[in-house]
Amino acid sequence: MKLLPFLLAGAAFAASSLTAQAEVRFGVMNESYPPFFAKDAAGQWQGWEIDLMNAVCEEMKETCSIVELSWDGLIPALQSEKFDVIWSSMSQTAERSKIIDFTDKYYNTPSTLIGPKDQKPGATPDDVREKTIGIQVSTIQSDYYKKYFADVAEQKTYQTLDEAFQDLAAGRIDYVFGDSLALDAFLKSDGGQECCAKMGDVADDKDILGAGVSGGLRKEDTQLKAKLNAAIAAVRTSGNYDAITKKYFDFDIYGAK
Amino acid sequence: MTFSWITAYWPLLLAGAGQTVLLLLISVVFGFVIAIGLAFAQVSGGRLTRHFARAYCTFFRGTPLLIQLWLLYYGVGSLLPMIPGIRQSLFWPILREGFFFAALSFTLNYAAYEAEVLRGALLAVPKGELEAGYAFGMRRSTLVRRIWLPRAIRIALPTIGGEIVMQLKATPLAFTVTVMDLYAVASMVRQDTLLVYEPLIVVTGFYLVLTAIIASAFRRFEAQVPLRR
Repeated sequence: MKLLPFLLAGAAFAASSLTAQAEVRFGVMNESYPPFFAKDAAGQWQGWEIDLMNAVCEEMKETCSIVELSWDGLIPALQSEKFDVIWSSMSQTAERSKIIDFTDKYYNTPSTLIGPKDQKPGATPDDVREKTIGIQVSTIQSDYYKKYFADVAEQKTYQTLDEAFQDLAAGRIDYVFGDSLALDAFLKSDGGQECCAKMGDVADDKDILGAGVSGGLRKEDTQLKAKLNAAIAAVRTSGNYDAITKKYFDFDIYGAK
Repeated sequence: MTFSWITAYWPLLLAGAGQTVLLLLISVVFGFVIAIGLAFAQVSGGRLTRHFARAYCTFFRGTPLLIQLWLLYYGVGSLLPMIPGIRQSLFWPILREGFFFAALSFTLNYAAYEAEVLRGALLAVPKGELEAGYAFGMRRSTLVRRIWLPRAIRIALPTIGGEIVMQLKATPLAFTVTVMDLYAVASMVRQDTLLVYEPLIVVTGFYLVLTAIIASAFRRFEAQVPLRR
């Protein structure tokens, strides 16, 4: 039975060479989240996060593909190996870190409340007392709501931010609570300019609002994590990151170091 | 399989079941009343009412319930605030809720299905019984109240039971307009705990229990009033 070790070694070699050649599949939410990711008229993905993905892939010298999925299906699909990295503006939080691993952050933005123009600005629990706040399900903002606003204000849960914006414009809710960049994009749109204004950023809480947006990985994929982190760092230092950011924003979205 | 979350979510699950049952009750009760009107309009109404009732049933049975719900919620619902003063009115706290639109669209939809069932049942009541009623000197309204409608409802009873179960299974659509029904609670548990199957299994149990209650209630009704032809 001397052959067995050779066979095993051969199988191991074949397996390792297979994983090296396989493409890296990026899981992206199948709803637009401009300016981070959205489909253009031709159905092609584009946006800041897609450009960053391409830059990172170039740096890793891997072929990459995009797998589309609903937001709440991303983590289950990652675990069942439908794709390899969540690349969908997902914030790294303590809760999510129990289940999946994260790369280093690639951007970080504050959380904001927006509301009707004629409403008094402010983003403290006192300001939202007895009001209704629209929040996208399963976001860091909904955890923040539970800790700071649940006693004083009512929550409405939405599958997408677009639905929450609709209801805000229709006067069904008093606030939408979400990531500042996504809400800014709405406020700049025609519908948003007409009805709504920024009420303010909420007080920071790193435990809930997270250490920034990063790629989500399966815990056992340590190799891929090291590769992605190296690639993100390389894109940062090469100036490529700033070049991509300039295309979409007039300020640096990396946040504090 | 982990079910430890149930202790924390138990009140929410019960509240969700309450919303589901309330939606079902409202849509079945009001829908049935509308259905009686629509069914009589079809079998004994004038030309205009007959056409209206038929068009109503065709529209509501021929389009997906989800689209009806969204047309009401996002369409009509977003036009409402344009009525001056409505936001300050007494009814706004109800009119702004997704629950109102879910209950309304389920009622309208259920009425259409039930009207078709009742129409068939009204036509299935033996002519001789109606003629016997006239022979006793009953007026039309008395005949409808004492013979035609009760006989038709008895004939339709098994189908009505089935329709109510179908209606129960349609209620999770309310979740898409921010109603916290049973299914919404399940999906909230999933999003909070990242457990996919367990909350769905628990909610499935709830729906099965509700269905069993409806089915056994109808079996009892049917046994109480035996069908004689």
